Amino acid sequence: MTVAALNSNPAPAILPGSGGMRGALSDLLWRRPQFLLLLMLMPPVLWLGIVYIGSLFALLAQSFFSIDEYSGLINRQFTLKTYGDLFQAANLDIILRTVTMAALVTLASAIVAFPIAYYAARYARGRWKALFYLGVMLPLWSSYLVKIYAWKLILAKEGILTWLLAKLNLSWLLDAWLSLPVVGGNSLSVSFTGTFIVFVYVWLPFMILPVQAALERVPGNLVEASSDLGASPGQTFRNVLFPLALPGIVAGSIFTFSLTLGDYIIPQIIGTSRLFIGQAVYSQQGTAGNIPLAAAFTVVPIVIMGFYLWGAKRMGAFDAL
Amino acid sequence: MRSDRGQSAPLGLKISAACGLLFLHLPILLIFVYAFTTEEKSFVWPPPGLTTQWFAVTWNRPDVWQALSLSVRVAAISTTIALVLGTLCAAAVSRTKFFGRETISLLVILPIALPGIITGIALRSAFALADIPFSFWTIVLGHATFCVVVVYNNAVARFRRTSGSMIEASMDLGADGFQTFRHVVLPNIATALLAGGMLAFALSFDEVIVTTFTAGQQQTVPIWMLEELIRPRQRPVTNVVAMVVVLVTLLPILLAYYLTRDGDQIAGSGK
Repeated sequence: MTVAALNSNPAPAILPGSGGMRGALSDLLWRRPQFLLLLMLMPPVLWLGIVYIGSLFALLAQSFFSIDEYSGLINRQFTLKTYGDLFQAANLDIILRTVTMAALVTLASAIVAFPIAYYAARYARGRWKALFYLGVMLPLWSSYLVKIYAWKLILAKEGILTWLLAKLNLSWLLDAWLSLPVVGGNSLSVSFTGTFIVFVYVWLPFMILPVQAALERVPGNLVEASSDLGASPGQTFRNVLFPLALPGIVAGSIFTFSLTLGDYIIPQIIGTSRLFIGQAVYSQQGTAGNIPLAAAFTVVPIVIMGFYLWGAKRMGAFDAL
Repeated sequence: MRSDRGQSAPLGLKISAACGLLFLHLPILLIFVYAFTTEEKSFVWPPPGLTTQWFAVTWNRPDVWQALSLSVRVAAISTTIALVLGTLCAAAVSRTKFFGRETISLLVILPIALPGIITGIALRSAFALADIPFSFWTIVLGHATFCVVVVYNNAVARFRRTSGSMIEASMDLGADGFQTFRHVVLPNIATALLAGGMLAFALSFDEVIVTTFTAGQQQTVPIWMLEELIRPRQRPVTNVVAMVVVLVTLLPILLAYYLTRDGDQIAGSGK
């Protein structure tokens, strides 16, 4: 191409603005990026700030009110009396029970999740990888209530589990387990064991995904190097895989722990009549009408999760999310 | 070249991974069998007989249809709000650096990081303090709040992969800001938004914990199911509804997966 050809149709170095209101607005947004940023941030921040943070503060404020024991009316004056009520023995029992359950559920989810995550991260390729991924995603996104309902069907006295154990001549095992003091009960669907199984089932995908993400980042030759240097599979797991997967496990445990702390539907449908934190909150605000105590109760999981997140952050769990 | 290609897994690992996946899937499959059982009063296994009559019974139940219609309307509007807010927030956070950026991400994630019961009771006490009566819009308010994060996660991942120089090129070629958004930015993020929207819809359609606090006397599908779970009156109808809910939530998840599977972050890996 010649210079003349290039010059025959010279494009202006600076195009004129497109003019009009629209053009002016467009120019303004380009010249003042802070203004554009403000426009973009305003709606979501206002929404979340007013609807969500506003509500949280409304809740916190209520926990410093108290309820008049005779009239049942809420006394809108600052007091710490409600927090005093919170630390009664019965309520401490509820908190302790919930935290123990959350810890056990987290531990069990980690144990069940690890082989699935490890297989998916290291051995599954191509089609199998997609299958594993969907295999975790579909239960994760399936309806929460339907999952609980399914377990109600399974754990019912006349349900499939009893039938299966009877076929295998293992009914004595189930009966022996149910006769144990704390974990047993009339049937699995009204025992802590049932609650525990359903919790593990419902939160398991939340553990698998971050553990898998952490394991994906472990190079395969690291594991091979470990066995080349004479480590047994157990030693490789303890000294190589587990430490590298730990941030993923901690990240997953944030979900399993937090979700168990706050849930009130699972223990209500499958479990004993002894309360968990979520149920206590629900009954305090509902039937008892004691919103201040309910609000104070919700502060417990917030504080526990605050410490948990702080610890998790120190372990580098957020990089694995 | 990876040396472990084609190497097969130890048997123990295979078995425990397979058992784990079965543990995740068998209970859901069981629902499909129970939808056809002839037994009305109990959850007896094996089913004494199989029938399709409960589908007709469910079809003629006005309360089920009302709940379904409310759920769909709430999910549609919450998803729309979440799409707008989530995209705006993602665009702001990914394209610029500003003071308090980390706080914004935290703010978006918080409604889903804290247990649902806290969000629920917080909204309820705010409604009580402000004397807002329960309505369709109180449900939407709650749902939109926790749906923002799903859209946000998808959009942020896509914005990160979209090069900023494309926008500059479009501007250099004479497009104004709106044209650039319409012809360059939007086509780039469209599938991510669609995926995020699908997931937000599924999340809203299935939400029960927050909804119990913001619905008052209204019944969405999950609330209808919850009532049946606590006080079973219509077991066969519940079985059918449960099966339909599984199928309805399945579709958006599969679609969202296919829309974003080539990306570095696949939609739905965080709920």
